[in-house]
Amino acid sequence: MIGVVDYGAGNLQSLGNALDHIGLSWQLVDSAGDLASCERVILPGVGHFRAAMETLSQSGQAAWVAAFAKSGKPILGICLGAQLLLESSEEAPGVVGIGLIPGRVRKLTGETIPHMGWNRVRSNGSHPILESDEQAPHFYFAHSYVCEPGDPDASLAVTDRGTDDVCVAVGCENVVGVQFHPEKSGVAGLSLLERFGRC
Amino acid sequence: MLARRIIPCLDIRGGRVVKGVAFKNLRDAGDPVERAKAYMDGGADELCFLDVTASIEDRPLLIELVRKLSRVLFIPFTVGGGVRSVNDAKELLRAGADKIGVNTAAVARPELLEELAGHFGNQCVVLSIDALGQGIDAKVTTHGGREVTGRTVCDWAREAVELGAGEILLNSVDADGARSGFAIDLVERVIDAVRVPVIASGGAGSANDFAELFMHTRAHAGLAASIFHDGSTTPYDVKKLLQDKGVEVRL
Repeated sequence: MIGVVDYGAGNLQSLGNALDHIGLSWQLVDSAGDLASCERVILPGVGHFRAAMETLSQSGQAAWVAAFAKSGKPILGICLGAQLLLESSEEAPGVVGIGLIPGRVRKLTGETIPHMGWNRVRSNGSHPILESDEQAPHFYFAHSYVCEPGDPDASLAVTDRGTDDVCVAVGCENVVGVQFHPEKSGVAGLSLLERFGRC
Repeated sequence: MLARRIIPCLDIRGGRVVKGVAFKNLRDAGDPVERAKAYMDGGADELCFLDVTASIEDRPLLIELVRKLSRVLFIPFTVGGGVRSVNDAKELLRAGADKIGVNTAAVARPELLEELAGHFGNQCVVLSIDALGQGIDAKVTTHGGREVTGRTVCDWAREAVELGAGEILLNSVDADGARSGFAIDLVERVIDAVRVPVIASGGAGSANDFAELFMHTRAHAGLAASIFHDGSTTPYDVKKLLQDKGVEVRL
C-alpha cells in the first residue's frame, strides 16, 4: 500500500489515476494513524513552498513524514513535494522544510521561466528508481524553483536547460524527490512509479 | 534542452467533440475520451480542450468529462472555456485538469490572472490570446474573434504575464483555418515581449508548417486542431519530420 500524503495541495487525482493504471494500491493519508498500513509514501505537491510547509507543520504531517522516512521505508517527493524534502527555499525565506535531504531550493535562472514541458533526464544510475539510460527519456516539467542538494552525491539526475544543467532528482537511500511529474510523463513516468512501487 | 511540444486541440460542446469527422480506428469519433487517448498514443505531448459553448448548463458535463480524461491521460492537459473565477478553475483542477485556459474573462477582468496564479501557481494559468492582424499593432479580440478590443497583443501579453499567466497560447485569427502556416512574425514578436513559454496556434495545414514554425521561431509548442482530426497526420508524423530537420522533440 502506498500512502499519498493529502495536505490540500494540488491535483492528487492524476497521481492516483496513474497508480491505478499500473495496478499499485494506494490511499490518501492525512494522519499518522493512516500510515500504519503503508509500506511507501508519496509526497505530491503543486503550489507554494510556504503554504505547503505551513499546512504540513500545523497538521503534524511534516513530523510523521520525517519519522516514516527515518524508519527506512521508501518516500517519493514529486515536484513541490521533492523541494519540501530539503531544508529551505528561496521561494519562502525563513520557512524550514522537512529537511530529510541537506540542501536548499533556489529560483531558476535563464531566459524562460517556468521551465515547462518535456526535457531529457540523465540519471547517474545510483538509485534503482531512476534507471541509467543512454537514451535519457523525456519527462514532463512545470516549475520555477529547483533543488540544490548540499551533498553533490545526493543529486541523482540532471536535465539540460540549454544554458546549464540543473538537478532534477535528489535523494539518498529510501528518500527520493523528483522535480518532474511522473504521473504526467507518459510511459517513462509510469515505469518510474512502477519501480518505486517495487523498491 | 526542452523538446518542442505538439498539442492537438479539441473543441467540446455538451461533453462531445465538435467538428467530428471520420477518424480511423475509433468507434465513436465524437467521444473526446477515445479521441484524446488516440492522440496520446499517437505521440501528442499535451492536449488542449476548449469548451466552445461554455454555458452554465453544460458545466457538469464538462467536469465529468475532465474526470474521465484524467483517468486515461498520462500527459498534461489544459481545459479552457468559461472560466471566470477561482472556483470555476478549482472545479476543473480537482477533476484532473493540469492547466486552466482563460481568454475573454481575463480581458474583461485582468485581476482574474492574479487570483488564479495566487491560488494555483502561474504554471497552471494559460492565457489564450486571439490576435487579429500580424503586425506590431496586432489587436486582441474576444468572444472567439468576434469583438476587437483596443489592446495590442504584445502589451496584453506583457501585462498578463506580470499578473500571473505562466504560458501564452497565441492564436492568430487571420491564420486560423487557412491552413497556410503559422503566423511566424507575430509569434516571434510575442516571444520577444515575454519570458514565459509561448504556444503558437492557427494556420497549421501540414507537418511542414510545424517545421517552419520551430525553425524560424523560439515557440515552445505548436497547437492545431483540424490537421489531426481526420487522422491522416498524427503528432508522431509531425515529430518524426521535426527530428529529421534537427528539431528537439520527444519521440
